[in-house]
Amino acid sequence: MSTEARKPPAQIALKIRRVLGGKTGWNGIAVQFAFAAILGWIAYEIVSNARTNLENQHIAAGFGFLRNNAGFDVNQTLISYTGSDTFLRVFMVGLLNTLIVSVVGIVFATTIGFIVALCRLSPNWLLSRIGELYVEIIRNLPLLFQILFWYLAVLAALPNPRQSISLLGIFFVSNRGLVVPSPIAESGFEAFLAVLALGIVASLALRFYARRALFQRGHLIRIWPYVLGLLFWLPLLTMLVFGPPFSFELPQLKGFNFAGGSRIIPEFVALALALSTYTAAFIAEIVRAGILSVHSGQMEAGASLGLSRGTTLRLIVVPQAMRVIVPPLTNQYLNLTKNSSLAVAIGYPDLVSVFAGTSLSQTGQAIEIIAMTMGVYLLISLITSAVMSIYGWRISRSLGA
Amino acid sequence: MKRVTLALTLAFAAGLTAQAADAQTLKTVKDRGMLSCGVSQGLPGFSSPDDKGNWTGLDVDVCRAIAGEIFNDPTKVKFVPLSAKDRFTALQSGEIDVLSRNTTWTISRDTSLGANFTGVTYYDGQGFMVKKSLKVNSALELNSASVCVQTGTTTEQNLADYFKANNMKYEVIAFGTNDETVKAYEAGRCDVFTTDQSGLYANRLKLANPGEHMVLPEIISKEPLGPMVRHGDDQWFDIVKWTLFALITTEELGVTAKNVDEKAKLENPELKRVLGSDGNFGEQLGLTKDWVVRIVKAVGNYGEMFDRNVGAGSPLAINRGLNNLWNKGGLQYAPPIR
Repeated sequence: MSTEARKPPAQIALKIRRVLGGKTGWNGIAVQFAFAAILGWIAYEIVSNARTNLENQHIAAGFGFLRNNAGFDVNQTLISYTGSDTFLRVFMVGLLNTLIVSVVGIVFATTIGFIVALCRLSPNWLLSRIGELYVEIIRNLPLLFQILFWYLAVLAALPNPRQSISLLGIFFVSNRGLVVPSPIAESGFEAFLAVLALGIVASLALRFYARRALFQRGHLIRIWPYVLGLLFWLPLLTMLVFGPPFSFELPQLKGFNFAGGSRIIPEFVALALALSTYTAAFIAEIVRAGILSVHSGQMEAGASLGLSRGTTLRLIVVPQAMRVIVPPLTNQYLNLTKNSSLAVAIGYPDLVSVFAGTSLSQTGQAIEIIAMTMGVYLLISLITSAVMSIYGWRISRSLGA
Repeated sequence: MKRVTLALTLAFAAGLTAQAADAQTLKTVKDRGMLSCGVSQGLPGFSSPDDKGNWTGLDVDVCRAIAGEIFNDPTKVKFVPLSAKDRFTALQSGEIDVLSRNTTWTISRDTSLGANFTGVTYYDGQGFMVKKSLKVNSALELNSASVCVQTGTTTEQNLADYFKANNMKYEVIAFGTNDETVKAYEAGRCDVFTTDQSGLYANRLKLANPGEHMVLPEIISKEPLGPMVRHGDDQWFDIVKWTLFALITTEELGVTAKNVDEKAKLENPELKRVLGSDGNFGEQLGLTKDWVVRIVKAVGNYGEMFDRNVGAGSPLAINRGLNNLWNKGGLQYAPPIR
């Protein structure tokens, strides 16, 4: 009974007051509500006024156009698409093209960025100079220029499809892109996939168990032979039992282009290359700053424990540096995603090109389309930020800070 | 970026102004002392700037004719170069008074953009250009080809229709501007470059070796090109529409930039009406009585304009064809000025 009596009174009202009104209390809340109401009213007036005016000028308005047929084609579609699909489908196609080039760009930019940063910090004179040169050249040239450079350089260096460079007779490189054999699922595909998934889950569980054993009891368990068995030998065994999981459709030159196989278009290659190398220069500097922010004593402590430079970096320095690295790294990821809209200059069918470009001029509904496009970029950026914030929070927590 | 700016301008204009588009374009133009004319970013023969920044071309001359009849000075035009994607938004947002930018007249554009076509300045059709070394003689041999096209044009849709109708596969690579498209075609990214046939001839001149490229015989679409004005200003619509009719009428009557003053003195009733010594049609348009004289002095008649920019007197050397007068086997026909 006595413990209950000592419990503080319910503070919900107090909390609401603090959240909404700040220090000014209930008066502040009233002001906030009035302000929100005024903002809402202005927004409503603008929207309804715009609608009336557009109607008076006989400019089509509203989102009904999304259900109309687009009537044009796109040369890279991750989902099936033909000219008789709707503008909504075009929107999805463009969005996926933007996402794929952003994701690929982010992965490569991060990898290259870390490598360049480590080069710059390396005691090896040549390596550090090369890293420095890379950063100084790449980050000081305009991105659009670099995109055009890669595009025209890549195009100029490659032959036409009829004289394409063949690698082993199954890969073909030409100015129409890189053509690779495309996998076609066979009878053993489901079994193979199931076993592979099982292997990955089991390996992860094993790793989790091994880490716990190491941190809590100090037992070092060697798990790599088991992981190898799970991820390599087991799927191989399934292949022998159930037959091959997929066969390959080989590309063949027919008329002007290759028929069959999958193709990576040069626009994608040029854009991903330019975005990742450009952003990598900035990431390299961020990573370098992060690593330098860790006290040099940590490096010396690692060395005195007999750890190699690489192991010290991986286990001691980088985890601490990540706390400093993650927030500006997020900025770079956002920049990369937004910069991908420069794709329109080289004909890569990203969201801005096919939706805010072609669809806009086919329908003339500028306000709706630009608003949708801006909304999507905002959403992508906010999601990226959120994911990176969670990641940063987990690092801070694991470092006990 | 420009597109976003234009869209925002349009959104604010539509959202914040109390009234719909003002019906006073002529007054606005006169007050400004300058006609604002939307043109292409560079298409020889239709609208392209020379090395001194002077714009020339058929579309440019339409705007010069309008400036001529309003100000009696064809130089009072501000040319606003627009990409295919930005052109309609620029017109809707009021940045330009007239869009004279090789734009195809279609029903969807006439009805959903809040703008009207005023007539046809050039009857065109879409064609294909290929390298001669491909040894292709017909568009029907283009199965599985890669095609470079400028985005935001009717061309893009005609292309999809044509290949679908003929059961052929193709790959489309769409670029933002005409120059980027031509550059990619020249770099070998695609086998085929497609646009309006006049544009093919114009762009061929830009290539390093024009002789190595050929235009295929097929015309796959109707592309009537003409100027556009905003909805809701009938007076301005009439002015732009009758500018073109005046250009055609003067060609019919044999009135040229050189002989217009002598022709105005003749006692021919039709000439007197057209050239303003009889009747007050110019004033009814909100202009002056001698509006047609001013137009012809500014740019000549339609035939002179055509020859100088795209016809026999130009590097393009395109035949009059459909663009000849109706009584000479073409389609150019103007309602009577009376």
